[in-house]
Amino acid sequence: MLEKIKFENKSDKNNWDLIIQPGMSVIHYWNEMWRFRELFYILSWRDLKVRYKQTVLGMAWSIIRPLLTTIIFTFVFGRIAKLSNPGQAPYFLMVFCGMLPWQFFSNALSEASGSLIGNANLITKVYFPRMIIPASSVITSLVDLGVSFIILLMMLVWYEFIPSWHFVFLPLFILLAFICAFGFGLYLTAVNVKYRDFRYIIPFIIQFGLYITPVGFNSNIINSQWKNLLSLNPMVGVIDGFRWCILGIPINWNGVIISTFMSLLILMIGIRYFRKMENTFADNI
Amino acid sequence: MKTVIKASNISKKFKLHHESKEKYVALRDVITNNSKNLFSFKKKQFQRSSQNEIFWALKNIDFEIKQGDRVGIVGRNGAGKSTLLKILSRITSPSTGSVSLKGRVASLLEVGTGFHPELTGRENIFLNGTIMGMSRAEIKKQFDAIVQFAEVERFLDTPVKRYSSGMYVRLAFAIAAHLEPEILLIDEVLAVGDAQFQKKCLGKMEEVSKNDGRTILFVSHNISMIQKLCNTGMLLTSGQLTYTGDINQVISHYLDSAEEINNFYEFNGKISEDQIAYAKSIKILSGNNEDVKEIPVGEPWKIEIKFSVQHNVNGLIIGLGMLNEMDVPIRTSWTIPQNLLPGDYTATFLEDGIYFSPGTYRMLVGISIGKISIQYIDKDIFLHISDVIGKHDLSVVETKNGIFLNQMKMNVIRD
Repeated sequence: MLEKIKFENKSDKNNWDLIIQPGMSVIHYWNEMWRFRELFYILSWRDLKVRYKQTVLGMAWSIIRPLLTTIIFTFVFGRIAKLSNPGQAPYFLMVFCGMLPWQFFSNALSEASGSLIGNANLITKVYFPRMIIPASSVITSLVDLGVSFIILLMMLVWYEFIPSWHFVFLPLFILLAFICAFGFGLYLTAVNVKYRDFRYIIPFIIQFGLYITPVGFNSNIINSQWKNLLSLNPMVGVIDGFRWCILGIPINWNGVIISTFMSLLILMIGIRYFRKMENTFADNI
Repeated sequence: MKTVIKASNISKKFKLHHESKEKYVALRDVITNNSKNLFSFKKKQFQRSSQNEIFWALKNIDFEIKQGDRVGIVGRNGAGKSTLLKILSRITSPSTGSVSLKGRVASLLEVGTGFHPELTGRENIFLNGTIMGMSRAEIKKQFDAIVQFAEVERFLDTPVKRYSSGMYVRLAFAIAAHLEPEILLIDEVLAVGDAQFQKKCLGKMEEVSKNDGRTILFVSHNISMIQKLCNTGMLLTSGQLTYTGDINQVISHYLDSAEEINNFYEFNGKISEDQIAYAKSIKILSGNNEDVKEIPVGEPWKIEIKFSVQHNVNGLIIGLGMLNEMDVPIRTSWTIPQNLLPGDYTATFLEDGIYFSPGTYRMLVGISIGKISIQYIDKDIFLHISDVIGKHDLSVVETKNGIFLNQMKMNVIRD
């Protein structure tokens, strides 16, 4: 994993492989993440494997949850509230396309925010760039997204709905969702180490987020001045993007730009804060 | 040989929070404390300093370690040994100073870090190996050797939660033994596991160090193990590096560094003719009658009470009480009532069953006839149990494990 170290006979100061100092240098950090890259995989793999072994239904949970919520939302928003549905897709499909990224985001956020505390035994006993821990929680949720995505494909077949060529842009919106969840997760998990009562706030954030995110309805039914404001919530851009890619529902590009900008901002703040707190994790956890 | 570790002036401080019992801060507390402070501007600074006392776990440590050295780090509980290893392995960062390292570092501060009970032996080898810094390819290459070393072939696909503690430890060590870092940091972990397997691990480490020129830093309370494995040593005393050099000298410094405490009592007052009996001297001895300053944890010790009887007496009882540092009575022992003629006697109390945890114990000696006390000796004699391990079969010496370190008789059977 590490490059073989060349031993040279000089013992001048520049010859060390690593210098540990109170404030560690930032330059090596990303190199180090690369060196420990197999940990991303193995930690996500562990979480999935353990979940699979501990629950009877295992993977099925990543299908059942979005499916049931989608049915309820379709009923409440489509049938009872009779909200309009621009585009040709059935209401159920439209909700499901929004549900996938939202479930990914909420899972990733709740897993990532508790991840450092959950892996306290590792943090106090062995070194690796700590950012790998929340990152692999998000990756685990990404696998769940993949599983639910198979269901979506089956639905498309069932409804005989053929997605447009926009489909090829879907990975970009998945990336956007990843950035957003990871950035938030980094911040929250670092705060969580220091202030343990933060974990009670997280379910509330997720719940609150659901109300200001167009999961059960389409953002096109909101008039445009509010729409840009709503897009400050980065998941709005992601969900609109999903619907545009899969169902061809018209998209508000201004909103996507705002959401992208917000996601990057969140990621930046998350990384900054995490890096600042990282050295104290082992002492505080 | 080249220098592979160079530490200059490293210190580590911790803030001791007196007010909150919890280790971490609750947001609740921050909010309430700050609102308290709102109403007391003047006191604010004063309160800060009284609440957070600064504790230096390590202070101004300087050392250099050469390639291929096997360094034993010794010191009392709380001397900063583990903190030093944590800094070297980058788990915590030092408060001041710097450490320069050359080569790949692996730290073994715990057996089976990251082992997940639900996963099988095979899965845990990959999980733990990766966490310890091996690549997948390296683990694959070493896989058979690890399994063979651990002697767990038959249970590879069993979840480790069903492993016996011995198997668990063996598997964890086998992985650690097959790490191939240039510098290996080991904290106390070898203390667990059976003696034979310990020997195997020590042998493997010694081999690796001698043949491949690997550097090992080893923390243990087990002096004989350190003596066997290490060639040089460092002695830490309350966060400071007090001695470095040849391992045998470090160990003898360590053993000599015991605090001066009273382990001997001699009566030198005047005794009246009426006194029926009195203790002349009390002495703490090791199990084989050596006069020692402290008793290694788990080793037998005895108390020898020499007393004089001046008149014929019926029902004379010698009692011995023992209190810990918090003045909690630990136990009391009495001789059976004795009918004695005038003369000099010696009463001996021997302990060779209970392993008291390291620390200083206050001894009380009383002489009585029936229920009437005729002499009472308190605060004159102390027993010091040191955290040096003499025996091989004792696991980690930690005061937090309890007052008694003997293990119960245990078994696990399937219903």
